[in-house]
Amino acid sequence: MKDVLVNLEHISKSYDGQLILDDLNLYIRENEFLTLLGPSGCGKTTTLRILGGFEQPDTGRVVFGNQDITNLPPNKRQLNTVFQKYALFTHMTIAENIAFGLKIKNKSKSYIQDKIKYALKLVNLDGYENRMPDSLSGGQQQRIAIARAIVNEPKLLLLDEPLGALDLKLRQDMQYELIRLKNELGITFIYVTHDQEEALTMSDTIVVMNQGYIQQIGSPERIYNEPENAFVADFIGDSNIIGATMIRDRLVEILGARFDCVDEGFGENKPVDVVIRPEDVELTAPEEGIINGVVTHLIFKGVHYEMEVQANGFEWLVHSTRMFPVGTPVGIKVDPFNIQIMNKPESEDEEAAKTNE
Amino acid sequence: MNKKMLSLPYLFWCAAFILIPLAMVFYYGFTDKTGAFTLENILAIATPEHFKALRISILLSLIATVVCLLLAYPLAMILARMEVNTHSFIVLIFILPMWMNFLLRTMAWQTLLEKNGVINSVLSFLHLPSLNLINTPGAIILGMVYNFLPFMVLPIYNSLTKIDQNVINAARDLGANSVHTFFKITLPLSLPGVISGITMVFVPALTTFVISTLLGGSKILLIGNVIEQEFTQTGNWHLGSGLSMVLMLFIIVNMILSAIFDKEGEANAL
Repeated sequence: MKDVLVNLEHISKSYDGQLILDDLNLYIRENEFLTLLGPSGCGKTTTLRILGGFEQPDTGRVVFGNQDITNLPPNKRQLNTVFQKYALFTHMTIAENIAFGLKIKNKSKSYIQDKIKYALKLVNLDGYENRMPDSLSGGQQQRIAIARAIVNEPKLLLLDEPLGALDLKLRQDMQYELIRLKNELGITFIYVTHDQEEALTMSDTIVVMNQGYIQQIGSPERIYNEPENAFVADFIGDSNIIGATMIRDRLVEILGARFDCVDEGFGENKPVDVVIRPEDVELTAPEEGIINGVVTHLIFKGVHYEMEVQANGFEWLVHSTRMFPVGTPVGIKVDPFNIQIMNKPESEDEEAAKTNE
Repeated sequence: MNKKMLSLPYLFWCAAFILIPLAMVFYYGFTDKTGAFTLENILAIATPEHFKALRISILLSLIATVVCLLLAYPLAMILARMEVNTHSFIVLIFILPMWMNFLLRTMAWQTLLEKNGVINSVLSFLHLPSLNLINTPGAIILGMVYNFLPFMVLPIYNSLTKIDQNVINAARDLGANSVHTFFKITLPLSLPGVISGITMVFVPALTTFVISTLLGGSKILLIGNVIEQEFTQTGNWHLGSGLSMVLMLFIIVNMILSAIFDKEGEANAL
């Protein structure tokens, strides 16, 4: 078990009477790649800004190591931020940008020179010292922003949707770069994004947030395979979320048909939500399925076919490498391990409420 | 083709009221009364009285520009940090006097500063000694600052609002305190606005003759007054044009300097 580096304790924050964060508790372990994931307005950026020192929480405290840094200004914190739109100093050369933090710390000239060389090498931009930021592409500017932050050897690097402005291919390349950087530097990363794919690719831990509450904390696998509520299931990847009834342990009735599952402890005849990922829905010949339906839509997606199957009054989303033309009668089967049972929220408020302590 | 036709009235306007007058200034400037070519009108700037007027013009407009800059920069910073609703109101307050006639505003100052004006009346009412305010270089500088301050505030304000708040945050994040952030980041990034502001205050201040006439009481002759007198009183258009061309040279140099620094066109933002 690694040591806890940062602790957010009972953080609340509101703007103009609107609650952005409500009693948020979160700890970040040393050398962890933690992602705050959620739709816009969920409070993820505010959380990051509170960590960076650009916002003060209304209540609660931020503990860094053993020190309470809640009221410390940004320039006194042992962390650095990579901003969404790079925020490079456009009136300075790349070298001056990278040297900015080191000069303030009165490092020696030779030390600064070495650091600039090292940082540019690390982000694969050797020889760019004398260029101006405006002459660089978006991806290059972003890497300079990262270089400018890491030369200060922060214990914690905050990244605020740093890849949001880049195109898809570049974004994927940068994801691998970030993972590599994190492994080489041994710095703790806190990464904010609304892109679930980015979160799944890079993170050690994902924190799914909605409306100022943490919905679920877990490894990417756990978040994807065992979402704890409909919001998480819906936000992470495609999914079929269906209202169902838990007949008894290991047996669930979905749309009038009984499916074996592996979940226990929900009680008997209890209404629940089930999540079935589209790639986990198996299409068979009609007589071999548990319920029968008809293919209504078919799209070729490259890796797989995306189909919609109308069965028992529900439009099932199905990903499969086998193609069934529109109009084909099919049977639907699901492996018991691939049925994820979730408690039904009793009200809309509870759906947003904190589910993980 | 159609679009080019639309610009015809404007081109005509330019020709009639800018190019032709300018050509006439050049013609008069380079000729004497007989119509023969001469450089005398231009070299006349070197005579002691003209040179003195030019020197004091440059001195007073430089002081006015510096005072404007010192007043305008903090003001523009405060404006740039305000909420959108409040700041548009404050900006309006600043622009509002600009809608009033320039002469009227300057004459209002005359009434305030006069020997028996408002300020001295208040002072004598309080049994304080009256002040000699009008017809001093200070009064002229005051008039310049008062009239041209908005031209300094607005370009600086424009360039400050263009600075991404995250760039400021980034500097703080990298360890800079607020003073360091100001001198290393905010000030250099707002420099285009400062340069435009300097041009937009310095040029009209250098060429003014109204402010010096009304608040300087023709005791202090600026180069603008000298030129005006050549045209309206002495009737020597040749000398007036020659001196105008010298003044034009200063303005052009100033414009070139600001064009070099102001690549983003803050001056056009007005």
